[in-house]
Amino acid sequence: MSVVTRTPAPLNRTRISLLQGKARYAPTLATVGLFLAMFAAGAVMYPGFLSGQVFLNLLVDNTFLIVLAVGMTFVILTGGIDLSVGSVVALSMMIAAALLQAGWNPIAVIALVLLTGATFGLLMGLVIQVFEIQPFIVTLAGLFLARGLCYVISVDSITVTDPFFTAMAQARIPLGGRMFISPGVVIALLVVTLAFYVLHQTRFGRTVYAIGGGESSALLMGLAVPRTKVLVYGISGLCSAVAGVLFSFYSLSGYSLAATGLELDAIAAVVVGGTLLTGGYGYVLGSLAGVLILGIVQTFISYEGTLSSWWTRIVIGALLLAFILLQKLFSRKVPVT
Amino acid sequence: MNEIVPVVDLRGISIEFPGVKALDGVDLRLFQGEVHALMGENGAGKSTLIKALTGVYAIDSGTITVLGEQHRFAGPAEAQDARISTVYQEVNLCPNLSIEENILLGREPRRRGGIHWKEVRRRARAVLERLNLGHLDPGSVLSSHSIAIQQLVAIARSVQVDAKVLILDEPTSSLDTEEVQQLFAVIRSLRDHGVAILFVSHFLEQVYEISDRMTVLRNGRLVGEFMTRELPRMSLISKMMGKELDALTELDRSDVRTRPDRTDAVPLLLAEKLGRKGSVGNVDIALYEGQILGLAGLLGSGRTETARLLFGADRADQGQLTIRGTAQTLRSPRSAIDHGIAFSSENRKEEGLIGDLSVRDNLVLAMQASQGWLRRIPAHQQDQLTEKFIGALDIRPADKDALIRNLSGGNQQKVLLARWLITNPKLLILDEPTRGIDIGAKTQIQKLISTLAGDGMSIIFISAELEEVLRLSDHIAVLKDRRMVADLPNDGVTMEDVMTIIAGSAA
Repeated sequence: MSVVTRTPAPLNRTRISLLQGKARYAPTLATVGLFLAMFAAGAVMYPGFLSGQVFLNLLVDNTFLIVLAVGMTFVILTGGIDLSVGSVVALSMMIAAALLQAGWNPIAVIALVLLTGATFGLLMGLVIQVFEIQPFIVTLAGLFLARGLCYVISVDSITVTDPFFTAMAQARIPLGGRMFISPGVVIALLVVTLAFYVLHQTRFGRTVYAIGGGESSALLMGLAVPRTKVLVYGISGLCSAVAGVLFSFYSLSGYSLAATGLELDAIAAVVVGGTLLTGGYGYVLGSLAGVLILGIVQTFISYEGTLSSWWTRIVIGALLLAFILLQKLFSRKVPVT
Repeated sequence: MNEIVPVVDLRGISIEFPGVKALDGVDLRLFQGEVHALMGENGAGKSTLIKALTGVYAIDSGTITVLGEQHRFAGPAEAQDARISTVYQEVNLCPNLSIEENILLGREPRRRGGIHWKEVRRRARAVLERLNLGHLDPGSVLSSHSIAIQQLVAIARSVQVDAKVLILDEPTSSLDTEEVQQLFAVIRSLRDHGVAILFVSHFLEQVYEISDRMTVLRNGRLVGEFMTRELPRMSLISKMMGKELDALTELDRSDVRTRPDRTDAVPLLLAEKLGRKGSVGNVDIALYEGQILGLAGLLGSGRTETARLLFGADRADQGQLTIRGTAQTLRSPRSAIDHGIAFSSENRKEEGLIGDLSVRDNLVLAMQASQGWLRRIPAHQQDQLTEKFIGALDIRPADKDALIRNLSGGNQQKVLLARWLITNPKLLILDEPTRGIDIGAKTQIQKLISTLAGDGMSIIFISAELEEVLRLSDHIAVLKDRRMVADLPNDGVTMEDVMTIIAGSAA
């Protein structure tokens, strides 16, 4: 007997993405894997590389970048971009340095700086949302504006001599075995944890992902799209201000040219961390891993000694390209077979 | 029994867009436990009316009463609060999120410390089970499922909010027969639970199968409300079209067109065992000048894939392609265009037209491309050509400066056709040119295809509607499971013949 077997016809309009299922963690896992591989390679190549402190220094030296990347992750998850963050960092440092010089209470200074950063971000978000302007242009304007305001405060570098700030700069939290971290690391990791919580445990966070997945869909589902989009830039502004304060702890000065181009490092870290520039896919922990990778590249270059520090840029450029290609590979739509 | 209060009562709804009166004093009543079909040609105002009811558009005049309470919706969220849910033709969910999230997004149960994910899972599962979708993994990402499943997930979302009114806008246009039945089962069960359902579809048979009552619109005006079982199909069609059925009957006589049989000549396009790994295989086609070749087959049988091969959008890696007697390899759409091949895609929104430009600009794009970019086409010539095509294809509104996105689906399709016609192709590949458009526009497009072939253009015609393929084509290539399995000259081939071939076991 011949039995007519009728296999269900595959749907030609159905396309699945490799980002489905567990595979959606792949870009982030690749980042973590790459980091571990680089660390292992460093351990083999250089004596003294394999130590807890080398790892911890990656955190200590990049606290501000971690916080910036967290804010940027929110923005990029919605499919937007924030180019102003580097300038807002500089502006925050200038405001802090100038007010401390004028004898303000350091806690009041920090509160004011954070408020300024958040307001700055919210205003950009409002312009983007209300006038329906490309985030790229609005935040580019923000970049120029914040940088210009730095010069209004002072053209010269201002040294911070405030006892609280210097204490924070010099404080070391021992972790045993002669390892230590700075207070900034604690703050940065707190920010990461908080962001992770917000993105995965609150409606606001899920709306961020939904907007990245399809803004008009999110709108039609009745989600608070406009509010979320404005808030996301507010968060990025707030993170920039936090990063500015951390940078002040680190450098103990305010300088109008500080943190130039830092926004690009933040974007690079987020992308290397596996977040899709088109939005909707990515994790804040990936961005943390992205920052660590940028950091370890720098460590490599300094261990090598003979290479100029510009090689950091070249390697980061290559990595960025490799990761974008990787993402393309993972998000490529393939017909169901 | 007759005077039950409607769940939704729209009275005298008018909406005006710049230059277009989209709705003019339209009424619509939806009753509990009834499926109500909204009927009308393209541009009749169906989508606009739905958008008025769902709060996407603000109404200029009229009243919206839901459950006895008058509303003025300022956005989709407010309509949702009034327990009105909508499932659109294009699934409006987030493909990057899981099924459970898509069902509960914005209404996630919370507990101290954030979203209660276990409860999310439990509720999603309960809803899916209610819709007989218990086999779906609520944690799987939406984009990993077929459009049909995504559509059902969208319905699950509206069920979850305990919607009193469910609007389904062309829910079946990308589903196959089995999936439609699955959807209908869900619709019936919701109806029996007292949900008022508004069903919009171009498939007459489906409307008659599922609906209890219908409202017919024409040109933004109300034609009337009817009980489905009291309205014969033919009268429905004439009410929708507002004219007698000349066009339809005329089309059946279009068979008069002599079918050219020129096996002696060199075929315009000859494909021998053409194929591409993972896409489609065994394509044997000999297409002569002035012939229409229909591609028949089920959804997913490889129709679109064949078209893409012949247009160079995918590169063939098996077999041979000969164009006018010389062997060719199509490396890209560009080289296909150089050979006079045009391809009108089934995704008119994504791959064809630019919504923010006017009808004229869209047409000019094609003209300019065929002329070379450096030779600007004089304005009067642009106007002349645009008007010619607006007239020839009966594009409505007959306004060359109207923005494409303000046109209805059928009229967008006509503009897309016009764009290709301007380039004067030798071979026109039409992938689902009549999908999602009404009978009037469909008839016009079919007639146009017939005329074009009469003028010597070769056409490859793809449609999910077998009837249409049989009516128009000179030859029918039957595809099954991504292989071409038969090439029938259309001399009295019936739907049964084709279906027997498709149903037959694969070689």
